[in-house]
Amino acid sequence: MNPFDFITQTLRIAVPYLFAASGGLVAERAGIVSLTLEGFMLSGAFSATLGSYYSGSAVIGVLAGAAGGLLFGLLHGIATVRFRADQVVSGIAVNLLVIGLTQVILMLLFDSSSNSPRVEGFQAGLSGFGDPLVWMGLASVPVVAFLLYRTPFGLRIQAAGEHPEAAASVGINVRFVRYVAVAISGVLAGLGGVYLALDQHQFTNNMTAGRGFIAIAAVIFGRWNPWLAGGACLLFATAETLQIQLQGVGGIPSQFIGMIPYVLTIVALAGLMGRAVAPAALGRAED
Amino acid sequence: MSAHPIRMAGIDKSFGPVRANRAASLDVAPGEIHALVGENGAGKSTLMKILGGLVEPDAGTVEVNGRDVTGWSTSDAIANGVGVVHQHFMLVPTLTVAENVVLGNEPRRGMLFDRTRALTDVNALIQKTGLVVPADRRVSELSVGEAQRVEILKTLYRGAKILILDEPTAVLSPPDVRELWTVLRKLRDDGGTIVLITHRLDEVIDISDTITVMRAGATVGRMTTSETTPAEIAKAMVGRDVALSVPGRETISGPGATADRPSSAAGALLLEVRDLSVSDSRRIRVVDGVTFSIRAGEVLGIAGVEGNGQTEIVEAIAGLRDIAAGSVVVSGHDVTRATVKDRRAAGIAHVPEDRHRRGLILEYSIAENLVLGAQDEFSKRGSLDGARIDAHAREQIAKFDVRPSTPAPAARTLSGGNQQKVVIAREMGRSFTVLLAAQPTRGVDVGAIEFIHRQIREARDAGKAILLVSAELNEVLALADTVAVMYRGKFAVTMPASDATPEVLGPYMTGGNSRDAA
Repeated sequence: MNPFDFITQTLRIAVPYLFAASGGLVAERAGIVSLTLEGFMLSGAFSATLGSYYSGSAVIGVLAGAAGGLLFGLLHGIATVRFRADQVVSGIAVNLLVIGLTQVILMLLFDSSSNSPRVEGFQAGLSGFGDPLVWMGLASVPVVAFLLYRTPFGLRIQAAGEHPEAAASVGINVRFVRYVAVAISGVLAGLGGVYLALDQHQFTNNMTAGRGFIAIAAVIFGRWNPWLAGGACLLFATAETLQIQLQGVGGIPSQFIGMIPYVLTIVALAGLMGRAVAPAALGRAED
Repeated sequence: MSAHPIRMAGIDKSFGPVRANRAASLDVAPGEIHALVGENGAGKSTLMKILGGLVEPDAGTVEVNGRDVTGWSTSDAIANGVGVVHQHFMLVPTLTVAENVVLGNEPRRGMLFDRTRALTDVNALIQKTGLVVPADRRVSELSVGEAQRVEILKTLYRGAKILILDEPTAVLSPPDVRELWTVLRKLRDDGGTIVLITHRLDEVIDISDTITVMRAGATVGRMTTSETTPAEIAKAMVGRDVALSVPGRETISGPGATADRPSSAAGALLLEVRDLSVSDSRRIRVVDGVTFSIRAGEVLGIAGVEGNGQTEIVEAIAGLRDIAAGSVVVSGHDVTRATVKDRRAAGIAHVPEDRHRRGLILEYSIAENLVLGAQDEFSKRGSLDGARIDAHAREQIAKFDVRPSTPAPAARTLSGGNQQKVVIAREMGRSFTVLLAAQPTRGVDVGAIEFIHRQIREARDAGKAILLVSAELNEVLALADTVAVMYRGKFAVTMPASDATPEVLGPYMTGGNSRDAA
């Protein structure tokens, strides 16, 4: 395989990670734990499929997918900000809810337990770069970095995640900031799912397959810094590309090759433990 | 303009069954530094929270500059020039000084945060006020004194003309306190009005023009500082005469400050600490090769700005923290690697600095808290012996004057001073040889301070070895025979208490003097 193809394949694989990690980063910096990314992605993928199926337009699919992510983002926000639910528990509940809901609706609408009919996607071209979502995914990292470090609202997100009482004491509405942050994370992670669904022109059951959790790992590995988290996504995507390319190469059992991305994730995270720099108020309800 | 900047009258505020303010009032004239004093739980902080818009009063009126503003919000208060400097810093450690100062009122260029202008504005404010801090530094890298200057800058940036400071000196070293006084006087002379919450009488005398005293939620007195004495203020605070065991500065440096202290006879070595080093969770040495020993009947007082390793040194000796290097010997037994239980058996008693985190189980009753760690002695065939625990509690409650004087209430329901008495009763009410007393009077009122100091003196006279750690320099000077100042994990200086004064020790607390200069 030539290096150019290797790079384009890596970037395409990285797109859902970049979307989800960027979204997760915004929520976590505001103090909301992002175990929900998996659910946001899956709801985005499913909503995009529905949108595209009924309208016949990929663009409508993207909007529907973003709305799906937003919906569950707000649900997580209401549970944790309004009702002060434990963020980890709410996160797990959101993930399980999305898995269950997508299965039920898939069965109701398409009478299938595994996948939707084929839907309209973008003309991606051979390299895959005809798909605007690829470019949006790559852009999500600088956009989030810009939001966090160059806008007044970014400053407030950081304050809400590090010291919500301090933010409140200068008149910042911490709840509002956290709602917006978790909504942004829902939309961005949802778009990660949209890319998966439209790229494959269909929704398949549980198609995100743990990518949301790898995105969380990327956020942590990137020490809650958008550029480093983006780098971590690219690293994990490289490992996955390597894994795909090495399949079928004789000598190594395919199961071991399949483990590469996950082993890398564990090694990357373990190497960083002990000097975590998580936002100080992460997971703590504002009072 | 003759309208008073602050006029609060008939303020009532209850939190559930607790009446924090009852018909409290406060009247502050223009251009004065006003001290609001009272015991813990007297309702000072609640009254100021009402003024700052954090809490809404149940009844009463709040006037600012002659306008009725009762029940306003935090943002209203900020917009109308009322700024609160909180006791616990309200700063975001990961942001820079300039970012913290402008947070919530960020200068913008279009939709962007204008970082350059934030820096320029903050630097201009620093120039104007003399509150010197590096504006582009992260707050996490600042000293405590600098962090407090940032807090004041924050309120001034928002145009505060009325500044409320809640216990601002609790964490400052003497030079930082002096600098703070200079800044406050300058702010007052520039037309500002300042309300200072404190329970340190020497500070009240030092800095304030007028004083309002609160007791049990009500305002009980308003005095002019130049016409009163610390004893009079203390009496108003407590409601009875109090022996000021933490004397004002004028008495501490004068002769006779150590008169009630019998010369410590050379007793047996009870606690020996050699080259003790302790690392924190980030593997940074927070105690770095400290050596000292304490004899029977001796009090070693460790002074210093908090966060220089005092917490860690006590916890390491108590067995709550791993010792990286060095040894701890109690009455000849090496306990360096011993468990907490074995150390207690060896004779260590520990009054921890944070009674809520380490000292008490708040949901447990007084009686249960009094037998923590000694459950084995109070059980019969594997289950707790309620009758004996109850009897023990009654005995200790009487001996240590805990109020309410019944064993059943949960520790949470007690006032700070009585909670501390429970801790003291548990640790000092059993047999021990070495007492580790960390911030033993933190956040307790004058009456309880008097009591706790008497307990420590009696223990010393009974031949115990006492390690006293306190952020209150006056407390160390009043109780210790030998004084050490801790700075960055080491003893910067050790000297007999008779030679020590705040003026002598102050520079060591900020690293100003090297060991050689001593």
